[in-house]
Amino acid sequence: MKLPIKPAIFYPTLSIVILVFVWEATIRLSGWSEQVFPGPVIVFKAFLELLLDGTLFNHSVASLYRVTVGFYLAAILGIPLGILLGMHRVANSMVNPIVQFLRPISPLAWIPLAMLWFGIGDNPAIFLIFLSSFFSLVVATAIAVRTINPIYFQVAANFNFSGKETITKVVIPAITPDVVTALRLTIAVAWLVVVAAEMIAVQSGLGYLILDSRNALRMDYVMVGMIVIGFIGLFLDLIMQKLSKQDWLATR
Amino acid sequence: MSFIEIKNLSKNYVNRRNTKRAPDDPEQPGEMKVLDDINLEFEEGEMVCILGPSGCGKSTLLRIIAGFDTASSGEVIIDKEKVTGASSDHIFVFQQNGLLPWMNVWDNVELGLRHMENEEEKNERIQEYIDLVELNGFEYNLPCQLSGGMQRRAELARALAVKPDILYLDEPFTGLDYLTHLKIREEVVNIHEYIGKTMIMVTHFIEDALVMADRIIVFSERPTSIKMARKLDFSRPRNINKDPGLSELRDEIFLMLGVSYVA
Ligand SMILES: Nc1ncnc2c1ncn2[C@@H]1O[C@H](COP(=O)(O)OP(=O)(O)OP(=O)(O)O)[C@@H](O)[C@H]1O
Ligand SMILES: [Mg+2]
Repeated sequence: MKLPIKPAIFYPTLSIVILVFVWEATIRLSGWSEQVFPGPVIVFKAFLELLLDGTLFNHSVASLYRVTVGFYLAAILGIPLGILLGMHRVANSMVNPIVQFLRPISPLAWIPLAMLWFGIGDNPAIFLIFLSSFFSLVVATAIAVRTINPIYFQVAANFNFSGKETITKVVIPAITPDVVTALRLTIAVAWLVVVAAEMIAVQSGLGYLILDSRNALRMDYVMVGMIVIGFIGLFLDLIMQKLSKQDWLATR
Repeated sequence: MSFIEIKNLSKNYVNRRNTKRAPDDPEQPGEMKVLDDINLEFEEGEMVCILGPSGCGKSTLLRIIAGFDTASSGEVIIDKEKVTGASSDHIFVFQQNGLLPWMNVWDNVELGLRHMENEEEKNERIQEYIDLVELNGFEYNLPCQLSGGMQRRAELARALAVKPDILYLDEPFTGLDYLTHLKIREEVVNIHEYIGKTMIMVTHFIEDALVMADRIIVFSERPTSIKMARKLDFSRPRNINKDPGLSELRDEIFLMLGVSYVA
């Protein structure tokens, strides 16, 4: 059988259609009221409503803004620190225990302190995103540096590379594929955390939309929020995937 | 005084997994003696091949001479100066993966020439050596886009372009197909005749040593000492099967390495 459209598009579309049917069927069979478990039609109507009055756009932008700032801060500070720890044994044995100790503490456990230190608004949320990404990036970068093939450092020594050249011509290109993978995993976690953070400290964002809709008993809005979160997460992952498939990374 | 002198050189590696030893073991607990009191001299312009069983410390010795690794005791003196680190006048051709994989052939060859002031001269030199190893047309390929033999040749071009005083070659032909092996071997012999620089090559192929070397050194098993050092006064090009002296030497070395060779 020849498909009317590309298989890469056909099969995912098919599975989404099936999912929507299962969703509708579940509601009809369960007998739950639309207030408790809204069906696809109602959710779609709610989606259009929130889309057209700009609510969805504003909340999405608010969430993405926090994730972007927190994530960039984590990358800008975490990757260089990781390189330092990967290259210097002493720095590593001083800082690594602290990083390893702080890393398993869920960013959500920081919420009380974050609110105390940064008040309410964007800042505590950004701080939590930062925490969720920073430690993993430091650790992943340090490991990437330590697993660089020692031959490359011997080449650097053989051709008299300066410290700066060793970093720009050997270390950074060697760790880039691993770091991009780490960034991809990290942004997924950051996106998980922003929703949770927004349920506490702020008055905007997709997490706030969900919490606020729950308080108003609008489960249809809650589900719209969830669906949009899922799609944006998918979209973020696709961007990172594109980045990791660049030609200049496929050198190992 | 010779060009390169290796004096009483020993190298021990700390062997973390092997800390329990028999009480009468002469080695320090947890230490593995790799090189044991090696004394060697190399003349300027000489082509020396080092043979020996796997794991006996050939690469280790070469790395120490090149200044990538330090000896446990003893010293290496090159041109009257003690070796304390790597030098861009002495280039190492690695057993594998010596090219920087994120740089294309041109950029790799440029590594040793990047401080040349005259841009035009530099580009000419890079092209000259890429042509020498017959890689023209592949200047902008990344190492992963080259075959194993082409990678080897690119690394040779990078090393030779510097016009180094010494070339260290660690099994430069391993992993190549037979024909490429023979071709690159011939190229290295020609280059040696042409530039006349000192070359120290580690190899597993006894035939390579017989065809190429001015002198052959055979190492024993660990802890390693020198089992044989022999000057080769045969004229080049050499043919092992047609020269009884060479085939006799071959059989002798095979026996020494524990193989009773039947031609
Ligand atoms: N960094 C290291 N740490 C501990 N032991 C090492 C290290 N490098 C090499 N060795 C040990 O030293 C010995 C010699 O290694 P080396 O690589 O010099 O051998 P080789 O003669 O070049 O062998 P091959 O012919 O297989 O390349 C080996 O037994 C190896 O286990
Ligand atoms: Mg070796």
